[in-house]
Formats: sequence, C-alpha cells, structure tokens
Amino acid sequence: MGERVATRDAYGNALLKLAEINPNVVVLDADLSKSTKTTAFSKKYPERFFQMGIAEADMMATAGGLATAGKIPFASTFAIFATGRAYDQVRNTIGYSGLNVKIAATHAGITVGDDGGSHQSIEDIALMRVIPGMTILNPADATETEKLVLAAAEYESPVYIRLGREPMPGVFGEDYQPVIGKAVRLREGNAATIIATGIMVERALLAADILNQKGTTVRVVNVHTIKPLDAAEVIKAAWDTGAIVTAEEHSTIGGLGSAVAEVVVQNRPVPMEFIGIKDRFGQSGKPTELLTEYGMDPEHIVAAVEKVIGRKNS
Amino acid sequence: MLTQEQLQELTEKARQMRGHIIRMLAAAKSGHPGGSLSSVELLAYLYFHKMNIDPDHPKMPDRDRFVLSKGHAAPVLYAALAERGYFDKSHLTSLRKFKSIIQGHPDMKRTPGVDISSGSLGQGLSVGNGMALAAKLDKKNYRVYVLMGDGELEEGQVWEAAMTSVHYKLDNLTAFVDYNHLQIDGTIEEVKSLYDVPGRFRAFGWHVIEIDGHSFEALDKAVAEAEATKGRPTMVILNTCKGKGCSFMENQAGWHGMAPKPEEAALALKELGFDA
Repeated sequence: MGERVATRDAYGNALLKLAEINPNVVVLDADLSKSTKTTAFSKKYPERFFQMGIAEADMMATAGGLATAGKIPFASTFAIFATGRAYDQVRNTIGYSGLNVKIAATHAGITVGDDGGSHQSIEDIALMRVIPGMTILNPADATETEKLVLAAAEYESPVYIRLGREPMPGVFGEDYQPVIGKAVRLREGNAATIIATGIMVERALLAADILNQKGTTVRVVNVHTIKPLDAAEVIKAAWDTGAIVTAEEHSTIGGLGSAVAEVVVQNRPVPMEFIGIKDRFGQSGKPTELLTEYGMDPEHIVAAVEKVIGRKNS
Repeated sequence: MLTQEQLQELTEKARQMRGHIIRMLAAAKSGHPGGSLSSVELLAYLYFHKMNIDPDHPKMPDRDRFVLSKGHAAPVLYAALAERGYFDKSHLTSLRKFKSIIQGHPDMKRTPGVDISSGSLGQGLSVGNGMALAAKLDKKNYRVYVLMGDGELEEGQVWEAAMTSVHYKLDNLTAFVDYNHLQIDGTIEEVKSLYDVPGRFRAFGWHVIEIDGHSFEALDKAVAEAEATKGRPTMVILNTCKGKGCSFMENQAGWHGMAPKPEEAALALKELGFDA
C-alpha cells in the first residue's frame, strides 16, 4: 500500500501527462479548478483550458460542441453538479449525440465530509448509468485513477469518471494496468465474493483480512468500470462462491449493487447484500465518522459477508 | 450584395422549402409548422448562399457549422438539407416515422448534415460556443451559426452561454433569434415577457443587429456585418412572422405544434404556388 493520495489529485497529474501525449485534450472547469485539481493544467496549457464560471449546464454543452470538432474535452466539476445540475445537458447533448466528452466529477460520495449533504453526491452513478452509451469509471486509488484517465482519453465514448476529495491509501502498484470494462480479481476465496468500487475497494480488502483471520476466505473483485459492467466476472463470482456482497460509496439504489444484482438474477441467482448509503442524504462530519454512520466500515462489510454466507447455507 | 439572380434563386429555394415543410408535416400528422416557416429565409440564405459546406462530405472538418438550437423547427432544417442534396427528398415524407433518418427533433447520428442533436431548448448556443472555441484553438476560419427561438430565451442556460460567447470574444460565431413573438401557451409577452431582447444582449456585450428576418438583402447585410465585427459575437434579431407564407397559420400560436390536415395542406400548397 502506497501513500495516501486523493483521486482528484491523481486526476490533475494525469491531465498533465495527457496534455503531452494528446494535443486534442482540452479541459473545462466551472470555477472549481483549485478543488478539481485542474489548475496545474490551466497554468501550463492556458490556451487549452476553458474557465466556464459557475455555469455547469453551459460547460457540459460547450464540451459537447468542442467534441464535435474533434477535441477530447475533460469537463470538471463536483459530482453533485456534473450529474444533477447539468443532467439534461449530459443526457441530451453529450449522451444522445454520443459525443466523446469526459466528465471528471470530483467530490463524489459522503467522504466530501464537512460540506454536508447538499454537496455529497450519493446518486451520480445511478443518474449516469441510465444514460445509454455512457461509460462509468470509479477508480479505487491514485494509481488506478491516473491510468484510467489516460485510458479514457483513448476510449471513444462519453465517459463519466468518479473521483473523491479525501486522500485514500494506495491499493495498486505502478505496474498495475486496468483495462476499461474489465473487473480485477484482487483476492481469492470461496465463501463469498465482495464486489467493490472506488474507495470501498481498500475497505473490502481490509474486510477480507478480518474474515481470513476468522477462517473465512472471500474473493474480492474490483469493479473500476461500472458501465459497461464485466458481467462475465460477476457471473463467475456467483457460480464460484455462491454469495455476493457489493460495496460502494453511493446509494444502494441504482449504483454498483443494482448493476451487479441485475446480472446475477438473470444468470445465476445467489444471495446478495449491499453495502452503501441506504436511501438517506449525507450530512456534515469527518469522512471517517460518516463512513461509520452510514455502515461502510470494514466491520460492516464483514457482517454483511457473514449474513450472506448464512443465507447461502440455509 | 445579392444579385437579382441570386435573390430570385433564394426566393425560389424558400418557396420549395416551405412546400417541403407543409408536405412533410401533413405526412407526419404531427410536428411544428409555425417556427419552421418563420425560419425559412435564414436557412435558405445560409444553406444556399453563405455556408461553406459540402453535401458529399457532411463531416468536412473545415465546414461552417449550423446549430438549430430550437430543435422543434427540425422540418425547416430537413427541408434545407434535402434541397441541398444531403439526402434524397423522398425521405421527407418519413418525418417522425419509425426508423426514419429524420427524427422528430434533430439527431446528428441519423441525419447527414446535422451538426448537433437538439430538442431540449437552451443548449445550442453553448454547443456553438464549443465549436467556435475549437475553431479558434485550431486556427481555422470556419464560422458557426446558431438559431434560437424567442421563447427559448426563457431558458437560463441561454444567458450562461451568452456570457461565454462574449468572455471568449467569439467573433467567429453569429447567433440568431427567431423573434416571432409566439410560443406554445400564447404570446411571449403573455407567457413570460422578454421585454427588451436586443437590449439584453447588448448589456451582455454582444454586437446586436435587428432586421426583417424574411428579407434576404437584410440577412446578407447583417451576416456580412457580423463577419466584419471583431472581438465579440454578433446577435441578429430576426423580426419574423410565425407561420410565414401560409395565410391561416401566420401569427397564430395554435400552429406552433400542430400539423395541417390534408385539406389545410392542400390550401397552403396552393397559396405557395404548388399544384397539389
């Protein structure tokens, strides 16, 4: 495990690398560049950076226009505004037209912390998932973020990239290479599978360690691409381990858990449990306090695994 | 300056386009005649005189772009594209039908020559800004034309975009407002008054020109003035008549989104000088 880095910082670094590789990459921001970490890009490549002011709807449709002319726009703002405030622009201009826009949404989930529920996006994955043709990436750490951002630029599709504010422990080494659409098996085990995304991947691994100490081995699968979901890996988990727990920093309505359940019930129904936010808004607090309050600590995952194993065996 | 010959040609193109609009809407049995007919002269002027385009290469990188932000006026765009040769005119009667290449609202993935999908109002000026920014970045001299409805100006995003066009000095973009004073629920003044439309855009920093939107000479002069205006975008307010060219539709809000019945279509076509 590496040092603690926020995925938003990794995004900012990835943009600098991308700028060198691909001259078509441009960046837009809506008066949050210090927070979304696009400032370094804006300083080094001012002509390729478009400050759009506090106007997210305008930003998304402008990004669409840039994409029609062959640019690869990265439109950056907080997840709550990218998907809520500008939903219609993302849906009708970017999604319906199938434009090659990358929506880089930082400050996703409850780990936004102090700002409170108005700024904590718990529904963005659900909103993006129902748009036909939208690709959704939710990296687990800084390394995965950097590599997925680079991959997204080469991936001809509207892409939603979900990023966090809070520094998180590293999960992957430098030689790790994620492939869009391909889930990554991180641990082997046979009692159940934990399918996790984003910051919950590290927590799933901690849960697996606790379970291991108790004599239970679980498979852990990292789903960095929520759409298109790696259905084959999900079905394999159902066949091989017979029970699944999903873990996401998002509402359990419409996110990773729902996506996995849709695949499981159609192919190999097995008992499932869902770790995530249970139909509640967020609130102010420290990220660690909130993760505990909303039932997203490794201990909660352990309890969910034990529960689902109990149902599998009943 | 347009020559007499050019004027005659454009007038005839406009007449043909109006005929297409009436026939395709009658065949579709739904759609938006009023705001299609009020924009005919602008699209005839752009597609048959002004824009650098090639129907054989609809995606030509250096082409001029047209954004129909008021996407419900799709019939006027389809009439222009078909008449210009982007697709066969036989497609026009398939408007709004299953598997048609011409959808109820513009769909760039299905219709050759459509530069951006539209339909949800208020987004086209932002899209046009994006195209104009790309042109500046690539040091290309293509121009971007955006047509908005007057009722569409009630959408807040229009004003976000109006700020962007000025902030980035997008003098390669020319926008138009089809100011026909009517929207679905009544007159603009009744529904949500815009008061001083040109004054609003002037206050936002635009170069504003007000013209008779049905006059080719006025359009030609305004577009030339827009092209000569450096350092800021130009807004051309087109004073128009909703339903123009069809006596019983002119200035009637009811004809915003209602297709003519066969006998009404026949009457409209007769007025336009077509046989049937």
